[in-house]
Amino acid sequence: MAIQLPVYLDNHATTPVDPRVLDAMLPYFREVFGNSASRNHEFGWKAEEAVEKSRAQIAKLINASPKEIIFTSGATESDGLAIRGIAEMYREKGNHIITQVTEHKAVLDTCKRLEKEGYEVTYLPVQKDGRINLDDLRRAITPKTILITIMYANNEIAVVQPINEIGKIAKEKGIFFHTDAVQAIGKIPVDVQKDGIDLLSISAHKIYGPKGVGALYVRRRNPRVQLVAQIDGGGHERGMRSGTLNVPGIVGLGKACELCMNEMAEESVRLKALRDRLTKAIMSQLDETFINGSMEHRLPHSVNISFAYVEGESMLMGINDIAVSSGSACTSATLEPSYVLKALGVGEDLAHTSIRFGIGRFNTEEEVDYVVNRVVETVARLRELSPLYEMAKEGVDVAKLNWKVETA
Amino acid sequence: MAYSDKVIEHYNNPRNVGSLDKNDKNVGTGLVGAPECGDVMKLQMKVNPSTHIIEEAKFKTFGCGSAIASSSLATEWVKGKTVEEALSIKNTDIVRELSLPPVKIHCSVLAEDAIKAALTDWKKKQGIEVKPEAAPASAHS
Repeated sequence: MAIQLPVYLDNHATTPVDPRVLDAMLPYFREVFGNSASRNHEFGWKAEEAVEKSRAQIAKLINASPKEIIFTSGATESDGLAIRGIAEMYREKGNHIITQVTEHKAVLDTCKRLEKEGYEVTYLPVQKDGRINLDDLRRAITPKTILITIMYANNEIAVVQPINEIGKIAKEKGIFFHTDAVQAIGKIPVDVQKDGIDLLSISAHKIYGPKGVGALYVRRRNPRVQLVAQIDGGGHERGMRSGTLNVPGIVGLGKACELCMNEMAEESVRLKALRDRLTKAIMSQLDETFINGSMEHRLPHSVNISFAYVEGESMLMGINDIAVSSGSACTSATLEPSYVLKALGVGEDLAHTSIRFGIGRFNTEEEVDYVVNRVVETVARLRELSPLYEMAKEGVDVAKLNWKVETA
Repeated sequence: MAYSDKVIEHYNNPRNVGSLDKNDKNVGTGLVGAPECGDVMKLQMKVNPSTHIIEEAKFKTFGCGSAIASSSLATEWVKGKTVEEALSIKNTDIVRELSLPPVKIHCSVLAEDAIKAALTDWKKKQGIEVKPEAAPASAHS
């Protein structure tokens, strides 16, 4: 079978909408277009019915009650609502929040802003495998701690945090526990009861749903979590998030969750097989390649590999018929290598050359094989061009040379 | 990042890739940049000792497409030039030729530095006096 180019292997960034999700959404644009808050007529009732069905579909995927699902515009909003909502609601109880360094910017930047407003935030380091140390977490807790926010799985390296243990520690100390589960949802089983999660962020477009819609799980009992709303208005979503609901988007999110619920077990086996095929083929054909983060605690569809002596941007230029992301300096506007890889202790030279491969529902074995060949070929070609590779092969320790580093 | 056609052309077909014998008295080697910054260029030139004409030039570059193109172009330009002519090549000439965007100007600066470093190395080997300002630091210590 001929493959279509470019090959999309950036499924951490976003995913295409599943045709079944799109089919479920379409009637809600033209036929069932009502405002779910309209209580006086059938248009509203039908829209509300669709919204409630979606709530149930989402709740089922994470073992929550439908009443605990709040719809938002996406996970960035969910993260902000959770963190800021808790911080403002429980300010009298304490002003200390614990998070960790490889969180998504939606969490980190919210925390930074809260710091400016007088809150205290502890950013836990991660170990070489990308996971936090639970003793660090225990030590960071103070009588003023009101929230622990640690992501379920990382968006760059796909490493899964010890969520169950974090949940236990939070319960023990009576601290709320929020997790950004955007990357984990639909990939691995997530259970808010078993894991003691009080708040959890979800995004539709990472699980083959539409962009612009997400949800926040907010626990209702043991303990009951209250939030200060961040958008004022009609008091929708139990007063936590005002604004007319995005009914077609919500229907899409619900359907996407239902598909994950039904197909995740099988799909994760298939994606893991493809991921392992890709990893093995690349690692066996190229020397000096390294996997970033724990292989054991990792989402099944993902791997992040550093190619020593090859620069990330020229790498992406060489594989321009493959859509992947790089932790490279030059691909981002900041010219900084990935802060996630830096936090793992990956040297800047290797952080410049890392590629994130995220395999998705619609990728095939042929595509994976094509990607492997292109990657191997490009790395080999660029290493031919690389003075660093040449020196390393001559036995020069490149890291120990007296480089003149410009400090602009 | 959009690249100019010339950058893409050099990236796909880099000229004069390789290495010369760095122990040869007539070969000057320049190694500039740093891995942490994402760019390292090695430029070597073989100079005719009597005419001072650059007869051969080779490069290897670790860096983005613009860095590879800048060094590839530099090897093309220096070949057949005298040492003094090669030293007059300016990074702005490279920027213009390759239509480098502002964020890539450092690539052309590095290429100019590589030419200077290589020819400084050659001059030292030949026992020719090197003016201090014309000798950019090289990674070789």
